[in-house]
Formats: sequence, structure tokens, C-alpha cells
Amino acid sequence: MNVYLDNASSTRLDERVVEAIMKTFYEDIALPLSEFVHTPGQRVKELIEESRKKIASFVGAESSEIIFTSGGTEANNLAIKGIAYARAKKGKHVVTTAVEGRSVLDSVRRLEKSGFRVDIVPVDRYGFVDLDALERAVSGDTILVSVQMVNDEVGTIQPLEEVVKIVKSKNPETFIHTDATYGIGWIPFNVKELRVDLASFTAHKIHGPKGIGALYVKKGVSIEKQMDGGYAEFNLRGGTPNIHGIVGFAKAVEILSWDEVEKVRNLRDYLYKRIISSIPEVVLIGPSDFSRRHPANLNLSFKYVEGESVVLYMDMKGVAVISGSACFSRGLEPSYVIMAMGHSHEDAHGSIRFSLSKYNTKEEMDYTVLVLEEVIKSLRELSPLGGN
Amino acid sequence: MSLPYSKKLIELFVHPKNVGEIPDADAKATEGSPACGDMVQLFLKVDPESKRIVDIKFKSYGCASNIATASIVTELAKGKTLEEAKQITWKDADAELGGLPPTKIHCAVLAVDALHTAIENYEHQHGLLKEKVPTTKEVVINRLKHVIDPRKGIDVVRAKTLKGVEVQDGVAKVYLNMREDEEFANHIKEEIVERISPLWDIKVVEVIFSNE
Repeated sequence: MNVYLDNASSTRLDERVVEAIMKTFYEDIALPLSEFVHTPGQRVKELIEESRKKIASFVGAESSEIIFTSGGTEANNLAIKGIAYARAKKGKHVVTTAVEGRSVLDSVRRLEKSGFRVDIVPVDRYGFVDLDALERAVSGDTILVSVQMVNDEVGTIQPLEEVVKIVKSKNPETFIHTDATYGIGWIPFNVKELRVDLASFTAHKIHGPKGIGALYVKKGVSIEKQMDGGYAEFNLRGGTPNIHGIVGFAKAVEILSWDEVEKVRNLRDYLYKRIISSIPEVVLIGPSDFSRRHPANLNLSFKYVEGESVVLYMDMKGVAVISGSACFSRGLEPSYVIMAMGHSHEDAHGSIRFSLSKYNTKEEMDYTVLVLEEVIKSLRELSPLGGN
Repeated sequence: MSLPYSKKLIELFVHPKNVGEIPDADAKATEGSPACGDMVQLFLKVDPESKRIVDIKFKSYGCASNIATASIVTELAKGKTLEEAKQITWKDADAELGGLPPTKIHCAVLAVDALHTAIENYEHQHGLLKEKVPTTKEVVINRLKHVIDPRKGIDVVRAKTLKGVEVQDGVAKVYLNMREDEEFANHIKEEIVERISPLWDIKVVEVIFSNE
């Protein structure tokens, strides 16, 4: 049996999304810039705008507030650098958290090199941002605060409402960006209700295609474009629009179902219960209050064994998961997210992320537990640290 | 599927050879630490007459490369004299495995280091040293560079957990910047004793914790 449990990295395309994309390959061959000269161009332009409307409506935004990008990484880069360079005269201070994705952390580090001041706010044992530290960090010259919606490694859902409240009460001029790439479609999210100024999205985590994302930029918020040479996307992101990706993204959003999310949540809970009742000495990483955890995420550390061995062994048995182990990451440092949460190096090295999707089944969960039991037992027998 | 590992590495990962402990081992050595994500523990049984390695076993906490390299190193060393086994290098292990990915070379180094340290420990404990160089403070510090502080994921010297070392009349005193009731204190103490006590002229190892 083959079981794919790395959906936080990327999900399988929904057949309906594939169908929508396939149509564009044959029927929508023109570029939207040709809208003023021929009908095929107008059709493509319309398709893009229809898609933009669907995505905007899903997150509570207006169409003109959605800019298509190549994915979450580009959206995060555009948001952070775009705000920083557009507002550098108003202040040179940016705040983010220790558990953001690389595209956020590396973007703020890049800003630091250009003379911006950066504060990285710590998180607690469960990955929640330290709200007191956040409040202390925001000052008169803070132009941007970036706090992710959900951590894709440990599943922590950040208290964004409180984040916004704290930041805006400390400095109403500060803009708030959220990397919502692992959030939308899984957790209700509305940019207007949350009062965020910028939010990044991507399609491939919700059964859409890879290589397409979007950035929400609230009306009235100015950002500086990061790519020269084109006037597409309201002159904020040039380049030939990825019409296939855009249509696929919109279709993926259109067919999202909260019932399916609940199905995945139950499956995840089932997997967790079965693992902890079958295997001793397992550490849950991330929120123990599952209502504050991504419905498809489970991150566990298995004492006395190292993650990459587990991952490789499981892969040989047909189960795809990933680890926060240093060996797995190609660098030699274990997951910075798990370390920032105050876990030991050992817990980080032994961590395994199981991330589910609507395509997973109960039978697959049973098979995963069966394989996991065998793999952990076998590796613990080999371990000098014990466990058997 | 094309993993960056040879067939032999995968085979040894799934079916490692020489796994286990030797309860009455003549020498043992531990290299690496769970804090670093890789650890190899190696046990030796040596024929006192021929000085041949008659049995060798290992335990591993680590990735597939770690397990496979420890397996291949024990295979290479089995039956060899201590002098011959000392000549085994990480390149031999790498070649036997058909080449490790560059980021995994340290796994081969770790396994070979464990073999060499175990042999060195045996020689210290059995009076086989060609030249009996007295243990100095520097020798102790060098050995402590292999003891990891799990709180920081680096060795106790770099982590500044080590406050000082004194060596006199066969007594090695190791002073630490940590309290005895702190997490991992006992673990670090055990590793320090394991590292220093095999030295030929050391009779007692004292680990002294800070009261602050």
C-alpha cells in the first residue's frame, strides 16, 4: 500500500482542478495583454478576472486586492520587501516570529542587511507567538509585523486576532502581513474580519496546481514592486500570467469543502490515538489543544530514534512522511521551528510530521500505524539510548 | 525511485551486521551524541595474544548512512589486528559503500572515529602504548571535545560547559559550569568519565559541578 502523508508540503490535484486546467491548455492560448486587440486575449483576461474574483471572495477580499504570484514564497517576498521599501521613510523596523517559513525569515534578514531593524519574537512550547514580547517589540517606527497563520511543520494556529489587536493598539500605522499558505481552505479565514493588511496564499496545499500563489494587499496599502519590466497584476508583479495555474487555483478554492476538512480532522485524530496507544514514549510536538492545531497536522517525536531513519524506512514500506531531523534537512541543523519551541535537539531529530488530506483513508492510517510500529521497534533495538 | 544512496547502503541499513552490545567488552567507545543527531557506540573483544579483534559490535542512533557506515566499519575491522584496524579510514568505509552523499561523509568519519577511539582505549587500558605520554590538561580537553552538551547541541568545550581541568597524580578533575541538579548533568558526567578513565595513567576522574 502507498500512503502519502506529506500534504503540508504539497497535495494531489483534485480531478476537477485538472479538468479546468486542461481546458486552458487547448482553449486559452492568448495573453491577457492582447485584450484590446483580439477576442482570444479578451477571453483569457476574463478568465483571470473571474478567477481573481473567486479567490478574493473566498478570503473576504475585493478582486483588486489580489495579486497573482508564482506561489507563497514570492508572495511573502513581495509583501515584506514591498512594504519595507515603500515605507522606508516612515520607519525601518520590521517584526516577525521565530517559527516563520524561510521565505519570511530570509526576506527580513535581507532587509536587515539593507539597514532595517528586525525583531524576531519568540514562541512558547506549543509554537504560539509570545504576545507580550510582540507588544514590547512594536514601536513607533515599526512599519510591518509578519505573523504566519499556521505553522506547516507543527500545526500551530497563531492567535491572529489578538496579534492584530496588540499591534494596532500599539501602533495603528503598522501593517500586518500573514503567511496564510497552510491556512486557507483548512481554517476559516477572512482578511476583513481579521483586519490584516497583507496575506500570502498558495494553491498546491489545497489540491491546486504548483507554481501559483497570490498576495492580498488591502486597498490603500502601497507596496513597491520587486520585479521590473512588466505591467501585469496592477503593475505590482510583472511577467506572463500563469493562466493555467490561476484557473486551477480558482477551481481548487471553488470546490473546497468544510465537510472534507472535518473528515480529515477525524482521520488525523484517529491516527494520533492509534499511534500513542501502540507505541510507547512518543512526544507530541505542537499544540496539545487540538482545537488550536491545523486539522490535518500531526507532529510526533519518537524517543531514542533519529527521524531520517524513520522516514527512509517508512518510505521503503510505502508511507511518505517527513522529519525535522538535521540529516533529513541536508543542512546539519535540526528543525529551527521545533528548536525555537524549546524542545531538545533529540526531540527535533526524532520528529516526524504526518500531514493528511482528503484523499487519505482509515485503511491508510491503519497501515501507517502498522508500519510505524515495526520501524520504531526495529530502530529502537539498534539504538544505544534504549527504548526496548 | 532514486534515493541518493547505494544499494549496499540501503541493504546494510535494513539488515545491519554486527548489531548489539558485548557485555564483557575489552574496550568500548561512543562517538557523537543524540544532540547532534548521530551517535555510534562500538564494543570490542580482542584476543590478548594475537591482538586480533575477535568480536566487534555496534549500536547506532542516527540516519541510514550512520547505521550502514557503522555496519561496514565493524565488518572491515573484524578479524584484523589492532594495528591493521587502525589503518581503516573513512574513505575505506565510503568506498565500500559505493560513495556516500557529501553531507553524509561525517557518518563515516564518526564510525571510524569510534573504532579508533575504542582501539586507543584498549591500548591505554592494556599497557600497549608504544610511548607512554603523560596525560596533560590538553589531552583531557581534547578528549572532552567529543562530549556533547545536549542542551546546546555542541561539545562541552565549545559550549563553555567546561570550566576547567586539573590533572595530578593520576587524578583528573573536570570542573563544569553547571549544577548537579540540572537536566543532563548526570549524562554529561557519565560521558566525561567514559572518555577520560581509559587513559593509561588516570586512576580517578572527578567531575565537579558548579554550585551557582
